[in-house]
Amino acid sequence: MGWQWFHRLGSPRWFYEKSSAWIPWLAVLSIALLLWGSVWGLAFAPTDFKQGNSYRIIYIHVPAAFLSLAGYYVMAISGAIGLIWKMKLADMVMKSAAVIGAVLTFVSLVTGAVWGKPTWGTWWVWDARITSMLVLFFLYLGVIALQEAYQQQDTANKASAILALVGMVNIPIIYKSVDWWYTLHQPATIKFTSESTIHPSMLYPLLVMVIAFYLFYALALLLRTRSEILYRERKTRWVQELAEAGKGSH
Amino acid sequence: MSGRAAGIDDSLQAQATPVPGLWPGFWATLRRDLLLAFRHRGEMANPILFFLMVITMVPLGISPEKAVLAMLAPGMLWVVALLATLLSLDGLFRSDFEDGTLEQLLIAPQPLYFQVLAKVLVHWLTSGLPLTLMAPLLGVMLSLPEGGYGVLVLSLLLGTASLSLIGSIGAALTVALRKGGLLLSLIILPLYVPVLIFGASAVTSVVEGFPASGQLAILGAFLATSIVLAPLAAAGALRISVNG
Amino acid sequence: MLQFESLSELWNMAGHGPYVWACYLITAIAIVYLLVSPLRRRRQLFEQLRRQARIEAAGQSDARRPDF
Repeated sequence: MGWQWFHRLGSPRWFYEKSSAWIPWLAVLSIALLLWGSVWGLAFAPTDFKQGNSYRIIYIHVPAAFLSLAGYYVMAISGAIGLIWKMKLADMVMKSAAVIGAVLTFVSLVTGAVWGKPTWGTWWVWDARITSMLVLFFLYLGVIALQEAYQQQDTANKASAILALVGMVNIPIIYKSVDWWYTLHQPATIKFTSESTIHPSMLYPLLVMVIAFYLFYALALLLRTRSEILYRERKTRWVQELAEAGKGSH
Repeated sequence: MSGRAAGIDDSLQAQATPVPGLWPGFWATLRRDLLLAFRHRGEMANPILFFLMVITMVPLGISPEKAVLAMLAPGMLWVVALLATLLSLDGLFRSDFEDGTLEQLLIAPQPLYFQVLAKVLVHWLTSGLPLTLMAPLLGVMLSLPEGGYGVLVLSLLLGTASLSLIGSIGAALTVALRKGGLLLSLIILPLYVPVLIFGASAVTSVVEGFPASGQLAILGAFLATSIVLAPLAAAGALRISVNG
Repeated sequence: MLQFESLSELWNMAGHGPYVWACYLITAIAIVYLLVSPLRRRRQLFEQLRRQARIEAAGQSDARRPDF
């Protein structure tokens, strides 16, 4: 009885209809939090006495970096669910999570680079975190490229799910290796200000932004998965009826 | 041609006698693939020539100065060896996929894991091992300092085996794609990062006068892990590629 | 507490303004892309399905016409 919802998830149509109700809530909440956190971080949080105002970039850099890593696990785990239980919905979530994760990883890479210019005086430093973020970006691109390469949707799903799982096993190893590599080559002058020393008045907006980014991630994943559902079920009657009804919202 | 005949021979034997066990199956695949590789000696030489030529480009592109080359040598040798392994990976399952041997392997009573392991072993014997043996010579050309050679060979010996194993997953995932070669590199290269880091670092630290036992131990751990896990993933990927 | 006295100071951020605002702009673009692209795809799909339905309906009425 308790597992009924899990079996229902196997039906993309059920999920599509059910999730319609969540979207306005998620949209309002995540956008509001994003705006609130940004304004707080940009204008109200105190200026860092060492880095000056450039540190305000971390309010988007850190949440984006969190989600690019978390997003990979979302992708790999839904890929595994798709492989094991042959759940169509999980495959669609996986495909959507790959694109969203790649975009967020790109955002965190670019904001990290832009942050480096006023802080370190160069656009790119082979720092441990940025380097592993770059490798993560490549891992995402690999999954997307493999997904795109197959004509058959089913094969594409399974193949990219395996790649995502292999990547998931490798991510901790890659992160540890890059960390170790960095300590080996670390120039003494360049060092991150560790986050634990951040003053609480700087930390609260960061917390708001992290929550906002998580909510936004859920929203983006939901929207993308729903459009994927429609696309894959485009030959079915219920999608065609939806199209006929046309202008219906979401 | 005769290589294929050998394969048919084996399967005929398999029909006549009761189902051969795990090791006979492993050895049969190993022997068959080695024979095939030996018959295509020219193809086997390509990665090694690539290794040699790219290393020749390094002094031409950067500087023939001894000090500069010596500093670059460990990393360069490792990066190029890695690329050379990648070059030959595309062919790992391709010909078997095209002539249908792969389907036979999939329905064979022996576990696919060991068949994949045998094929990867042959790949390593025909690409990783020659590259490793070739490396000291190229080390001389890049004026790698005296003490580095032993560890260079040892690290490549352990490392290229891991590279072949990890790469087999990518080869299995892309075998059904017509233009899989470049895609294979894209999906596999990020996974090679840890092996490259510890491999190159082993050589560097020995050259700088530190022990490399830690790095070598980690390379060994990578190898052990990939022996256990990589053929499993590759076997799963092969089933997907062949059956859709 | 508001950290900047005027809008131009907020814009300038003691020299770091261009970096900070560029980052927020890039992020805003990414966020808008992630929200708009699935909605656009849905709209295009629906339009295509409606067009197909019209063509099919026309085809069926064509079939009912007598041949010459």
